[in-house]
Amino acid sequence: MPFLEMKNISKRFVDVVANDRVCFDVERGEVHTLLGENGAGKTTLMNILYGLYSRDEGEIYLDGKLVIISSPYEAIKLHIGMIHQHFMLIPNLSVTENIILGLPSSRGFLLELKKAEENIDNISRKYELRVDPKALVRQLPVGLRQRVEILKALYRKTDILILDEPTSVLTPLEVETFFKIIRRFTEDGLAVIFISHKLNEVMSISDRITVLRGGNVVGTLKKHDTDPNKLAGMMVGKEITLSLDKPCEKKGKRLLEVRGLSVNSEKGGKPLVNNVSFDIHEAEILGVAGVDGNGQGELTDAIAGLQPVSKGQILINGMDVAHLSPRKRIERKLGYIPSDRQRVGLVVDFSVAQNLVLKDFRDTPFSKQRFFLNRRQINTNAERLIKEFDIKVSHGNEKVAFLSGGNQQKVILAREISGKPDVLIAMQATRGLDVGSTKYVQERILEHREKGGATLFISTELDEIIAISDRIAVMYEGEIIGILSGGQEIDLERISLMMAGVREQKTKKSVS
Amino acid sequence: MWAIVFNASFITDFMAAAIRMATPLTFAGLSCTISERSGVFNIGAEGMMLSGAFVAAVGALFTGSAWIGTGFACIIGALLGLLLAVLSITLGANQIVSGVMINILSLGFTSFLSRIIMGSAITQKLPTFETWGIPFLVKIPVFGEIFFRQSPLSYISYAIAVILTFIFFKTTWGLSIRAAGENPRAVDTAGINVCLVRYICVMFSGIFASLGGAFLSVGVVRYFTENMSAGRGFIGLCIVILGKWHPLGAVLAALIFGAVDALQLRLQAFEVGIPYQFLVMLPYICGFIAISGVVGRAQSPEAVGKPYLKEN
Amino acid sequence: MSLNWKQITLSLSPVWATLVALTLGVGLILLAGLNPIKAYYALFMGAFSNIYGISSTLTKTTPLVFASLGVALAFKGGYFNVGAEGQLYLGGLGATLAGLYIHGLSPLLHIPVTLAAGFVAGGIWSVIPGYLKARHEVNEIITCIFMYFIGLLFIEYMASGPLFEPGAPSAMSPEIAASAQLPIIIPNTDVHLGFLMSLTLVFIMHLVLTKTTIGYQITAMGLNPVASRYAGVNIVKSMCILSFVSGGLAGLAGASEIMGLKHRLFDAFSPGYGLDAIVIAFLAKSNPIGVMFASLFFGTLRSGAGMMQRATGVPTTAVLAIQGLVILCVAISLVLPQWRPRWFRADIDKETPRKKENE
Repeated sequence: MPFLEMKNISKRFVDVVANDRVCFDVERGEVHTLLGENGAGKTTLMNILYGLYSRDEGEIYLDGKLVIISSPYEAIKLHIGMIHQHFMLIPNLSVTENIILGLPSSRGFLLELKKAEENIDNISRKYELRVDPKALVRQLPVGLRQRVEILKALYRKTDILILDEPTSVLTPLEVETFFKIIRRFTEDGLAVIFISHKLNEVMSISDRITVLRGGNVVGTLKKHDTDPNKLAGMMVGKEITLSLDKPCEKKGKRLLEVRGLSVNSEKGGKPLVNNVSFDIHEAEILGVAGVDGNGQGELTDAIAGLQPVSKGQILINGMDVAHLSPRKRIERKLGYIPSDRQRVGLVVDFSVAQNLVLKDFRDTPFSKQRFFLNRRQINTNAERLIKEFDIKVSHGNEKVAFLSGGNQQKVILAREISGKPDVLIAMQATRGLDVGSTKYVQERILEHREKGGATLFISTELDEIIAISDRIAVMYEGEIIGILSGGQEIDLERISLMMAGVREQKTKKSVS
Repeated sequence: MWAIVFNASFITDFMAAAIRMATPLTFAGLSCTISERSGVFNIGAEGMMLSGAFVAAVGALFTGSAWIGTGFACIIGALLGLLLAVLSITLGANQIVSGVMINILSLGFTSFLSRIIMGSAITQKLPTFETWGIPFLVKIPVFGEIFFRQSPLSYISYAIAVILTFIFFKTTWGLSIRAAGENPRAVDTAGINVCLVRYICVMFSGIFASLGGAFLSVGVVRYFTENMSAGRGFIGLCIVILGKWHPLGAVLAALIFGAVDALQLRLQAFEVGIPYQFLVMLPYICGFIAISGVVGRAQSPEAVGKPYLKEN
Repeated sequence: MSLNWKQITLSLSPVWATLVALTLGVGLILLAGLNPIKAYYALFMGAFSNIYGISSTLTKTTPLVFASLGVALAFKGGYFNVGAEGQLYLGGLGATLAGLYIHGLSPLLHIPVTLAAGFVAGGIWSVIPGYLKARHEVNEIITCIFMYFIGLLFIEYMASGPLFEPGAPSAMSPEIAASAQLPIIIPNTDVHLGFLMSLTLVFIMHLVLTKTTIGYQITAMGLNPVASRYAGVNIVKSMCILSFVSGGLAGLAGASEIMGLKHRLFDAFSPGYGLDAIVIAFLAKSNPIGVMFASLFFGTLRSGAGMMQRATGVPTTAVLAIQGLVILCVAISLVLPQWRPRWFRADIDKETPRKKENE
């Protein structure tokens, strides 16, 4: 009898079955991985276990006893801990306050900060998770915040620890240390559930692996019985070659030049983007790799004019636009796919047709004398782009809010690419999309390259960057640590070191 | 004229008035502090105050006791808080729209019911509170009478401020409240019922506001007039900012506004040449400056004004 | 597309909400020991039974339409203008100044100039919170409320101080020049040109919002300012213009009231039209045509209230209470479809596929 057993769990959202009679179990002292691509239902299943979602069907057994978990409160009482992909921390509170939040105190309703601090100290020493309990969380870097999350789970005497894509905020080097810590947990008898879509990590940490696809369990395997190729096949369901057809082009003129660009933080302290320089030529894709939150968002926003530039130049087609309005930059043929589709890229309560003219509704042919809207042209434009970009809607007047994530992204893509921009910025353009949509977006971006456009392609998925880019820049704490030029053998280890902030020159020195 | 201004009795009189004027503002400030700390904008404090004033007056009229009237005021305050909570927390309506709605609702109902219930028949004053002198301290020359002989509601406002400070920073409840105002989702995953925390805070917010109203009607003028809160609930919104979301800060900010108010009345009486309207404006102008960030904007709890809707 | 009854029912939700509110009003009047049927009847008769009633209803509707159009426009663009009452007063002041101190113009010129003065004065009062919101993210609701109090006191000062007519029994200015007064359009009544102007504005605004690039931009900005900025809209500039026009429309309410009806500036010449405007815009879901009908409804309430009080003893303030109930019911009717209790979810959940993203 397994320690924890989830039997026939089903969960439906709207018209999507997120989990379809999923069975899953985990033993004490093992790492059981949930593997699957985005949207496979991994997080949904774990949110059900943690009481954040209610399940439609199925049972959960802990130590052989049927348990009902309808809120995180009950999950915590059953010693289930979860570390979410997006940290559940409160920046303006101290580490200790964050950790003891929601826990009863032995002195009734009085806080016991002193005692808690001591306890935290003990735990952090035991697992070598050092962090100052008195520090405010907002002062901590991302890696340390994750430690706080782990401490929070341990402090609650967790038996089952759920880790949702925990490595996405870590550099490859930090990942190794992190895995050592997980090993310590399992040695102490914890059951660890590890959610991931990265095969190499899964192979290195797991004891058992359950593969989910489209809300169904494809299979549960022991690590020794499988290999990455087999897992990839199970994950995707069919053989998909991720290699993209990418003819090599000669360098043309420079379309985007960024010179010594800095963006200061409103709160003071280190600049968010620090003295960044690069250029992109015609028919070239510059990939930007880096762990999330190292200034990529600020860089792209600054280029698009959504974030004030503190220092430096941004030249589009040789003309400095660093202090021009977003409108002027759009007029100079800058396209921008923002990372946050619904908040930035779309007016979700507008129709598809309206969203497709979001940037040029004032221009002919969409307006007459820049004053009256030309509905017919707007609709024609929508019909054309819906067909051309294969956007799945019944008609152009459908609200964008009703579309799936992939189709919403296609609306943005259609709008940004159909304007034939000289420079296209694609910020996390494939995040959260299924394999099909991801491939589609990548292909359209490559097509833009073939037509001679320059592309700045930012992603946290290293595989994707390598597949699509002509050159790769690595960003760390607001700086470009180095740019690997095209034609070079891509050295994964080298990129990993750079992502952790190790400068290119230093590596060179150590090599020589 | 300046001789009069510097006269000792003028100063003591002025300070006593300042403290008296500050009490309803303190309640308004505390009302907004507790709700904003939990993540809810209570722009309805004005209406809750007005309803509190009215219900306290009616209660005092029928029972003959200012205390029972004040008790009724607390109940109506809690109910209006509950209404705001249901609309803005459970139903996810815009918090500010809901607040404005409570103001309009309160103005309408109190104006209507006051004519029905009190009519023009009420000529005698309502029962009120005896002032309390704190033993010994009240005997301090000059200042004793100013600071240590006040309406019991004033003492209650200070007590609430102290208790709130303690709760916010020394108890597990306070930690939950502060966290709910910063990141409700994190609070939810920590196993705390965010909605419950906010409901309780908003209901107390209503109670505090209505206590301020009770002070206005039965505590000072001893009658009820239509729209007698006259914007004090809105000043509460400024007090929170000036007091940096700290209950004791709210008391301090309220005292400053109370002093401005008292000064304004006094200058009006002395005809110093400044039109009194400009002096009445002073709190609003101070508030405007405070909120528009001309003198450094304070950091509000991050989740204030954002409804938290749990997914499934 | 076929008619969808559910959609129609939903889009008419303010009407249902108003009916519920009026029904609750019946209970309220019963509670007060008075006869609600008689009260409503008297209210209606007071507003429509004779030429005086109709005249009073229309003159009360006029400022409501102006001010509510201003508020509705602001709501549409995401600027929560709750300071229309203050802007209305400032508009009245602007018009009074232009009407008092400009002489010798023909009415054809003097009237537009005076209206413009009212528009600009109201606009200035509104653009300050609008600018602070757009540029410094200061909550406009709170600043609007403060501007309202400051404006009210400022008018009180002007009417009792610099503009005071010596010897007048209360705070008021001298009468504005005849050339700045709006002509009466129905003989023997108070209905002035402002009424026609307000109706014209309703249709102009309807056209602008639905057919033009400006309307598209305002709507986009109201629905998602971040995306609008991303798409190249200058938010600060647009918000300033929007708030100026919104305040200007509220200013026109004050201006037309002074120019068409009062002919002088009084210290409290508006009984709260600017406050009603918030309720009206909300009730009309910011739709100009809806604003027109809602304004007429509120004008009727205000106009018939006096007769109701005289005939049945139900105090005029009952109208305020009914307004409170209306806004309560509308608020509930607007959020109910979004609120999904378990038993209601399967059906309506179709509208939120965004959830898929969060998986």
